[in-house]
Amino acid sequence: MAVERLAAAFRRARGARRAALIAYLTAGYPSLAATAALVRELARAGVDIIELGLPFSDPLADGPTIQAASAQALKRGVTLERILRTVAEIRKTTDVPLVAMGYANPLYRRGLPAFCRQAVAAGFDGVIVPDLPPEEAGELIRAARPVKLATIFLAAPTSPPARLRRIAAASRGFVYVVSLTGVTGARRQLPREVVTQVRALRRLTRQPIAVGFGVSTPAQVRWLSGVADGVIVGSALVDAIRKRALPTSIGRWVRPFVEATRR
Amino acid sequence: MASSPSPKGRFGPFGGQFVPETLMAALEQLERAYRAARRDPAFRRTLTACLADYVGRPTPLYFAERLTRRLGGAKVYLKREDLAHTGAHKINNTVGQALLARRMGKPRVIAETGAGQHGVATATVAAWLGLRCDVYMGAEDVARQSLNVVRMRLLGARVIPVTSGSRTLKDACNEAIRDWVTNVRTTHYILGSVVGPHPYPTMVRDFQSVIGREARRQILRQHGRLPAALVACVGGGSNAIGLFHPFLRDRQVALHGVEAAGHGVGRGKRTPRHGPLASGRGAHAATLVAGSIGILHGARSYLLQDQEGQVTEAHSIAAGLDYPGVGPEHAYLKATGRARYTAVTDAQALEGFRLLAETEGILPALEPSHAVYALSRLAPMLPASSAVVLGLSGRGDKDVAIVAKHLGLLDGR
Repeated sequence: MAVERLAAAFRRARGARRAALIAYLTAGYPSLAATAALVRELARAGVDIIELGLPFSDPLADGPTIQAASAQALKRGVTLERILRTVAEIRKTTDVPLVAMGYANPLYRRGLPAFCRQAVAAGFDGVIVPDLPPEEAGELIRAARPVKLATIFLAAPTSPPARLRRIAAASRGFVYVVSLTGVTGARRQLPREVVTQVRALRRLTRQPIAVGFGVSTPAQVRWLSGVADGVIVGSALVDAIRKRALPTSIGRWVRPFVEATRR
Repeated sequence: MASSPSPKGRFGPFGGQFVPETLMAALEQLERAYRAARRDPAFRRTLTACLADYVGRPTPLYFAERLTRRLGGAKVYLKREDLAHTGAHKINNTVGQALLARRMGKPRVIAETGAGQHGVATATVAAWLGLRCDVYMGAEDVARQSLNVVRMRLLGARVIPVTSGSRTLKDACNEAIRDWVTNVRTTHYILGSVVGPHPYPTMVRDFQSVIGREARRQILRQHGRLPAALVACVGGGSNAIGLFHPFLRDRQVALHGVEAAGHGVGRGKRTPRHGPLASGRGAHAATLVAGSIGILHGARSYLLQDQEGQVTEAHSIAAGLDYPGVGPEHAYLKATGRARYTAVTDAQALEGFRLLAETEGILPALEPSHAVYALSRLAPMLPASSAVVLGLSGRGDKDVAIVAKHLGLLDGR
């Protein structure tokens, strides 16, 4: 079910001559109730896949925006348990694929087999662990495969071909291409070399390829939609959530991004 | 099936490379460069010469006669890293890594620092080799270690205060890693302790092992045989590993690592229900004594965390020990029983500080003051014919204001 739901989302987007738009939210920011409402609103606005960030005290791959959102969520007492319950609620009303993005320590603390089982039971379809390169991910992969939780690995601008091969082989659902050397956070300009990296990966895998980190404008989404199968918008969305109170206004905010995925 | 090659850089189940993908190529490059350098006689010659002429090695192994008499028991020897250039053992590592950075053609170095000793040592070697240098330091540490902030600035480094999280060493480390992820092509990250992803714990240990190699030679010459025990403080654990490592195979030498118990370990026992921000400031930094196994800053080791796996805040009067993690090799030495770890409170460390000042005329840094206190309990239980070596990892000038405040020496007494 889980891996398949992701694959179907990419197929649907391709069928509509679009790239998939993937939206990132920090779970529990500004509240878990808001997260549930936002997921529904984003799905209704045409977002294809939603990543839910699991807050961590030391998010070392994240820039100031997501750091602040995570800290805020933790301060309000958001826990993995409560996120899973919220996801189970969300799952009752929407079929949009959901991917958990969380750092290694809280997942190990729970135990990887337990985490993978509970994540799928709640309604998650995939997992991204930014501080778990394929070399360290054997245990996660062994826990995720039997329950069909997609394991999505990141490819960086600095990843040489040998690493790209390893990343593609370990990935299920899609491969996440990091557009730039740096942490998450909106950027006005993205490096051109991301195109080269996507093409290099294309030669190694038939899985969908999505580009993220720094994407903050519909123009960037339009450009990347010509290159990749999916485009990920994170910090810019979290920023928009910080500035706007109503989930419906976030639906309006994201629509130009959805439009920009048309090829 | 996915390829998952055997993980690298393990000490038993501890260590590893739990880092964002962007850094993996840099870690591979660093490992290659380091491996080539240690086999290169020219590099080894340069390093040895720099340690002798620039750092001032070997540092003395000093027989502390009055302290020995005061404690009554084993002869106490001090390995005087406080006499190394910049006043602490940190320079042993920064000289090695700066030479490596130059070898890798990286014009810029960054570092994290807690007490500021590693920051000063990095700024020093950056000035010495003409490298650009940025040092990340928790805003709280910037305030309590202002002398070292000034030293770094005088040496031409930029000190960047970190205001996220607990505003101490852990957060400085996060920020340094974020900088490295961003500028990895031009920047080498000079990590200051035996923590972080492979190859850092091994590489930093090798650079610091000069402490133990010298101490072993010196104690054999001065005392005629191996010591009964070594005592050193452990934050991340670089000075302790540096002292311990050359003695690992000498099973008769007991290894004592001393962590910071802050306000008291018992007080921190109750695991906070929610995240670190809800739990307020931590009570201690006794990671091995009172922590649990987890992943922080690229390695699996012991750390201070809550039930949710959120890293909790550490506390110690010594900024250099105020860290919720510890090097993976220490976790391994604890697991195998080769080393023993205990914890000493802020108040006891202050006693240790005074003891060494008054008996030997040496102001120790607050970090090794923890070890001095532990030694004051250990030495009396050992026969007078035996010897104990204390790793005196740094000098106390930087801590004088804090000690004065705690001991009430500023209000005219």
